[in-house]
Amino acid sequence: MTDAPALFAAREPIFPRRVAGRFRTLKWAILWVTLGIYYVTPWLRWDRGPNLPDQAVLVDLARRRFYFFWIEIWPHEFWLVAGLLIMAGLGLFLFTSALGRVWCGYACPQTVWTDLFLWVERRVEGDRNAQIRLHHAPWNARKARLRATKWTLWLLISAATGGAWVFYFADAPTLLRDLATGRAAPVAYATIALLTATTFVLGGFMREQVCIYMCPWPRIQGAMMDPGTLTVGYRDWRGEPRGRGGVRRQAVAEDVGSAATARYGAAASKEVAAPRTARDGAVLGDCVDCNACVAVCPMGIDIREGQQMECITCALCIDACDDVMAKLDRPRGLIDYLALDDRPPVEPGETADVRPYAGGWSPAPAWRHVLRPRTLIYTAAWAAIGVALLVALFVRPEIAMTVSPVRNPTFVTLSDGSVRNAYDIRLRNKHGEARTFHLALTAPDTLRIALEGTDALTVEVPPTATHLQRVYVTARPQDPAAGRERTGFRFWVEDLADGERAHRDTIFNGRESFDERTGNAG
Amino acid sequence: MADKRPIDDVTGIETTGHAWDGIEELNTPLPRWWLWTFYATCVWGLVYVVLYPAWPMVSGATAGVLGYSTRAEVAAEIERVDLSNAALTESLATVDLAVLDRNEELHRFAVQAGRSVFAANCSQCHGAGAAGVRQSGYPNLLDDDWLWGGTMEEIAHTVRHGVRNEDDPDARYSEMPPFDWLEEQDLVATAEYVRSLSGLDHDAAAAAEGAGLFAENCTSCHGEAGLGMREVGAPNLADAIWLRGGSSEEIVAQLVAPRHGVMPPWGGRLGEAEVRAVSAYVHGLGGGERQVGE
Repeated sequence: MTDAPALFAAREPIFPRRVAGRFRTLKWAILWVTLGIYYVTPWLRWDRGPNLPDQAVLVDLARRRFYFFWIEIWPHEFWLVAGLLIMAGLGLFLFTSALGRVWCGYACPQTVWTDLFLWVERRVEGDRNAQIRLHHAPWNARKARLRATKWTLWLLISAATGGAWVFYFADAPTLLRDLATGRAAPVAYATIALLTATTFVLGGFMREQVCIYMCPWPRIQGAMMDPGTLTVGYRDWRGEPRGRGGVRRQAVAEDVGSAATARYGAAASKEVAAPRTARDGAVLGDCVDCNACVAVCPMGIDIREGQQMECITCALCIDACDDVMAKLDRPRGLIDYLALDDRPPVEPGETADVRPYAGGWSPAPAWRHVLRPRTLIYTAAWAAIGVALLVALFVRPEIAMTVSPVRNPTFVTLSDGSVRNAYDIRLRNKHGEARTFHLALTAPDTLRIALEGTDALTVEVPPTATHLQRVYVTARPQDPAAGRERTGFRFWVEDLADGERAHRDTIFNGRESFDERTGNAG
Repeated sequence: MADKRPIDDVTGIETTGHAWDGIEELNTPLPRWWLWTFYATCVWGLVYVVLYPAWPMVSGATAGVLGYSTRAEVAAEIERVDLSNAALTESLATVDLAVLDRNEELHRFAVQAGRSVFAANCSQCHGAGAAGVRQSGYPNLLDDDWLWGGTMEEIAHTVRHGVRNEDDPDARYSEMPPFDWLEEQDLVATAEYVRSLSGLDHDAAAAAEGAGLFAENCTSCHGEAGLGMREVGAPNLADAIWLRGGSSEEIVAQLVAPRHGVMPPWGGRLGEAEVRAVSAYVHGLGGGERQVGE
């Protein structure tokens, strides 16, 4: 019996090296923009008039309202939010089928906050090599000081993260004052504590473990990619066989040249140095096996091994490799955004150097990867839902009235033989001040309307509230509607403040075939 | 040591050493923190078992050292709500019902509370929609016809003391004597006259004959015009509502062997505030009457 295999493995610490480049710059920009939106949004003000909050974005859980600038969503309109979620889902499909896991690499909070934490880590402990040294160093005053500094900064960022979150759910200035003076609701402190803890642990210590072992997106997104999807990859046909020194294949430069011209223009396809052989005489590809792509990877993988579930496509390996290629005076893009079907129909071992892209093959230009039937269908569906939601949002009535006929019983006979139906009418007043609504009806036959609890035909609805009013509709014994089984009619409601009207059609139930006066059927 | 571990030739990955039909299982270790998470959930479970009700026993379950129960939580919640409503309940129990609707908040509270009281206590006979059951003689509470009065105060009295029960001396009480001694044709004639009072189809000759019989036997309670008398719970015979049916046969049946509805007194079972609440609810179902002089 050999040693029992280890069924559990400890996390291998990863020390990503600092890197600069076009994608790093883009990622910094996205980081500051997204974090800026996150922290600033709750503090934006938006005047809605009296009795309504002046916070631009507010999720009012207690009163069940969602405010977003000029849009106000009530619980019965929550399907709009469902529509937004569907759009978000379709948007993810679209981006993933066109550009792979861009969400993971650029916009996911886990990536953004980990980036921020890594930045802090480098400012405190230094870059990769210094971090590795510190990791292996025994505990001493310096290590303790650096660790304490780093953790304190992380904790501050975490607290600010959790702290910003709660401001979306209450008036931000008031809540900040209450938080500072210890008078805020316990749930606010609990939420801040929880989010501080999760941010600290997930961003500081779990990092890539979250993506690999906790998050479902890598599996789902992986399943949504296809050979035409642009994603971060390694041009193995150009880079292999890898090695230091030696002869670089001349033809590689040519095929790279044609691909690079197609994607990046003529400047990229400059002539390269004459072929060199490795010390043992082998002809080598462009990869000098410097491991720069591995050192900068926040997921701790080697992109040259091909597509991997762990890869979040943060594109930092592209920056790292471009840097090296520039120093070697080789064209950029050995590691690059490319699609699986960009791979030329030759094997690395084959003599690609003598017949570059035989048969007139050349990689598709980038726009062909982005504009495909699949992405266009996603775009169309996404846009259709978006337009439908916008239309629904702008045509939704200011007066919301629902009419539910009381069906237990369907009608009541009054002492004078009249037939009465009852209706529960709900009136919503979305305005910041109380509104008076006038109720009326139009019917082909004479029907009379009366309101429970009042002799008037008006109802006052308090600001931003729903009012339930029972309404009686009566047909006198001689009226046709009293004897007929069903009579359609229309309720009208008018907002007396601005004259806006709305209506609902409903049914009046007569005595049907049952004569309650005598109790005889027929 | 390491070389002792079996390595898969193709992938270069360590195997578990298990082989089935020549197929070996690669060893892909799980993250260690998963194991710790699993242990943490075990600890959580153990602590929970100690603190909270957990193991089912023959009757009930282990109590847990915190003594928590959902039942007690519900009771506490009800107590909390009752406490927060105490002021409203107190005012409702003492307010003059004639002017209840002037206090909008209290009136709304009464109607909402009354809806629950009605559903729990009254709907069994009067129906969930309060439309009554005519075949069984349970009156419809939605219409504007009241045997014992339809103001909120009168409804509350009926609820509090009931009708024709033997438990409450203040119960509403009336009794229609059986007219089984009348001849068959006199009974029919009286019934035809009663039908004529409310404008139903009737045999005019028989009705004319029945007019005398009605004046002789019925007017003391139902009044000369048959409009009834609420003081003695005598129904209005000239309206369109028939608790026991308005056909000639049904009227004759009621003459020969009158049926009388019974309603238990709710004053002892419900609190005063609940009696008033359910009265406010019933009053607001469409037939409530205003106090005279309002």
